[in-house]
Amino acid sequence: MKKPGWRELPIGATITQPGSAKQFQTGDWRTKRPVLNESKCTGCLFCWIWCPEPAIKRGTGKAVSFDLHYCKGCGICAVECPVHAITMQEEK
Amino acid sequence: MLQKVQLIPMSGSEAVAKSVMQSNVDFVSAYPITPQTIIVERISDLVGEGGTKTCFVNVESEHSAISACVGASLAGARSFTATSSQGLALMHEVLYLTSGLRVPLVMAVANRALSAPISIHGDHSDMMGSRDSGWIQYYVENAQEAYDWVMQAFRIAEDDRVMLPFTVNMDGYVITHSVEPISLIDQAAVDKFVPPRIAKTRLDANNPMTFGTLTLPDYYTEFKRQQEEAMRNTPAVFDEVTSEFSKLIGREYKQLVPFELDGAKVIVVSLGSASGTIRYVARGLRKKGLPVGALRVGLFRPFPTKQFAKLVENADVIVVLERAMSLGSRVGPLGSEIVNSLYDSPSRPRILDFIAGLGGRDLAPETIEKLFRNGVDAASKPSGLEMDFLGVRE
Repeated sequence: MKKPGWRELPIGATITQPGSAKQFQTGDWRTKRPVLNESKCTGCLFCWIWCPEPAIKRGTGKAVSFDLHYCKGCGICAVECPVHAITMQEEK
Repeated sequence: MLQKVQLIPMSGSEAVAKSVMQSNVDFVSAYPITPQTIIVERISDLVGEGGTKTCFVNVESEHSAISACVGASLAGARSFTATSSQGLALMHEVLYLTSGLRVPLVMAVANRALSAPISIHGDHSDMMGSRDSGWIQYYVENAQEAYDWVMQAFRIAEDDRVMLPFTVNMDGYVITHSVEPISLIDQAAVDKFVPPRIAKTRLDANNPMTFGTLTLPDYYTEFKRQQEEAMRNTPAVFDEVTSEFSKLIGREYKQLVPFELDGAKVIVVSLGSASGTIRYVARGLRKKGLPVGALRVGLFRPFPTKQFAKLVENADVIVVLERAMSLGSRVGPLGSEIVNSLYDSPSRPRILDFIAGLGGRDLAPETIEKLFRNGVDAASKPSGLEMDFLGVRE
């Protein structure tokens, strides 16, 4: 996405549209991404509770999924998973 | 239409307070500090007397005073504060915030020295310490100018092309405490010149916005570029507003105020109240046949660089009266601007930068005459730059 130039931006860095933080995809910062081994996942939702973003989505079955638009790759989910179903992999 | 002249004896501080009350100001928050205290006291008195819509908020520090004004201004209120010296220093971080948020706040600064050693007396150290904070800076010469400038400052600050905060600088004691005959302007004329503020963007529950946001490295520079554009737009708006004021009220203000520059080979450049004494001395020396003139800098930020170079193009020597220091720099803050202004100039006059009048030391005609005499003596020497103290005891 082409970023706006100084003439196009509202003065004083004012945000004129409420709720626009949704457009700010903090997942851009990530250097590592979580990868789930679905066969190990018990659906305990510890990861869902611990995720600070929250970028973990509950599925219909046991397994969870990750919202990579917002996941910053902090790795808390991988540390907290009691069955080690989540591993962090280098982003390329 | 010129107003009927009604002269009232007032100190500079009282004149500022009166101008604030007349300028449809919605919000004032300030903390008393010598020599600005009387401005705050008089505003408080006038609000206390009633019959005004101005809201006055007492706070516990200058940092809080200016912060309250920023909040009020973002909510759409025309806001005013005043301070001096250590108070301005305490406001320092919020000064940058005010200009960065593009808040058109007006502040009177009763210019005073900075500690240490402690000094309650006048010089320009306080404002020069904050000169790069993104505020428009005007230095008045007397109480009448202080009165006239509060209302003009609001017009310039709130202009869509500008939207920057404005300091009206007045020398501590010499202007704040001297009583002068002040020509007050009819309220009807003031209302016409500076009607109540209608802010285009403001805090509004029905139209929510976020002010004071965070930017990352990909946006910060763009907002600084916007501020620079606003500074570049300011001189034209300054001329429009002062011209309108002049037509309505009959008093005319300039960015730079020349005196006897025709044929002047030695020009003394100054800010603030000493400029009157400088003109008085220049007049006397002219009568004796010395080719001297004077130039008062009114608008210090944005500095009228090109205008300055043009006005002094025929001078051999420029003598700068420097009432602040930039320790470790080759010249003081005013001298720096002058060197800067003359870089592109084909004529390179000799520049003598004299530190004088620090911490309230009197700038009597005899002292000012020494400035001119030094300049005249240097006229035959080649161009160059020198900085020295005037009147320091060895």
